[in-house]
Amino acid sequence: MYAARIVGTVVCTTKDEKLNGRKLLVVQPVSLLDLKEEGKPAVAIDTVGAGVSEIVLVVGGSSARQTHLTQNSPVDAAIMAIVDYIDIEGRRVFDKHK
Amino acid sequence: MHLARIIGSVVATDKDERLTGVKLLVIQPIRSNGEDKGSPLVAVDTIGAGYGETVFYARSKEGAMPLEIPDVPVDAGVIGIVDSIHVPQASKERTA
Amino acid sequence: MILARVIGNLVATQKNENLVGKKLLLIQPIDLKGRPDGDELLAVDAVGSGEGDLVIAIAEGGSARQVSKTPSLAPVDIAIAGIVDEVVSTEDTLRLYD
Repeated sequence: MYAARIVGTVVCTTKDEKLNGRKLLVVQPVSLLDLKEEGKPAVAIDTVGAGVSEIVLVVGGSSARQTHLTQNSPVDAAIMAIVDYIDIEGRRVFDKHK
Repeated sequence: MHLARIIGSVVATDKDERLTGVKLLVIQPIRSNGEDKGSPLVAVDTIGAGYGETVFYARSKEGAMPLEIPDVPVDAGVIGIVDSIHVPQASKERTA
Repeated sequence: MILARVIGNLVATQKNENLVGKKLLLIQPIDLKGRPDGDELLAVDAVGSGEGDLVIAIAEGGSARQVSKTPSLAPVDIAIAGIVDEVVSTEDTLRLYD
């Protein structure tokens, strides 16, 4: 899984019917060490009620279909957690409540 | 499978409910000589590994297979703690 | 499947129970001229290969677990499926022993 910041939403009226009712978010991957942007943004299905500017964990590949909301759906990236803290080498590099 | 060193952890209260109680580790992929390779990622712990340990992990769904509920949205899991790595010098030159 | 050279082995006492008794080998993917190509990987051996051997490895989870002698419940994403006798290609003929 990788960490990402939610930077936007996508609305599609015409889409695979299995995606009806699903929230599509734009996620910008960030470094787990310093939360700086890293790589290109992607579109992920929200499965945990995440919102813009939150730091989340994104799961990729076939594992992204292992949630109640994404089972058997054409999905290759899903948000499966909203991050509270990240500790690296004993240092808190991210705290959601600050 | 791939080698990594555990460098940290992630706490997430709001997550897929089947991942409750599962430890999320930040791991830095490494080469067999201990050098860092690429960016850190988040993996679930399935073996009781801790900070600073050298481990190996499986990618994709396989990483979640040892969990109590294996059908969870997880794409990397730590599945073993490394005791030792043996790479003869001749081969090392080949990989250089 | 990829071509790779077995370059070493790894010992782990504490590991997933389905991997107990399985040999874990470090393999270096190679190109058709025998040069290293990409990062070294850790594979489960299913064919009795050893250091220096040229092998074919399956580096995708669902398929790697189909290799016989790989326990179906083992969390394996890379498995060695064969020891190569010879590779003939338009590039050159890969020599096994240099």
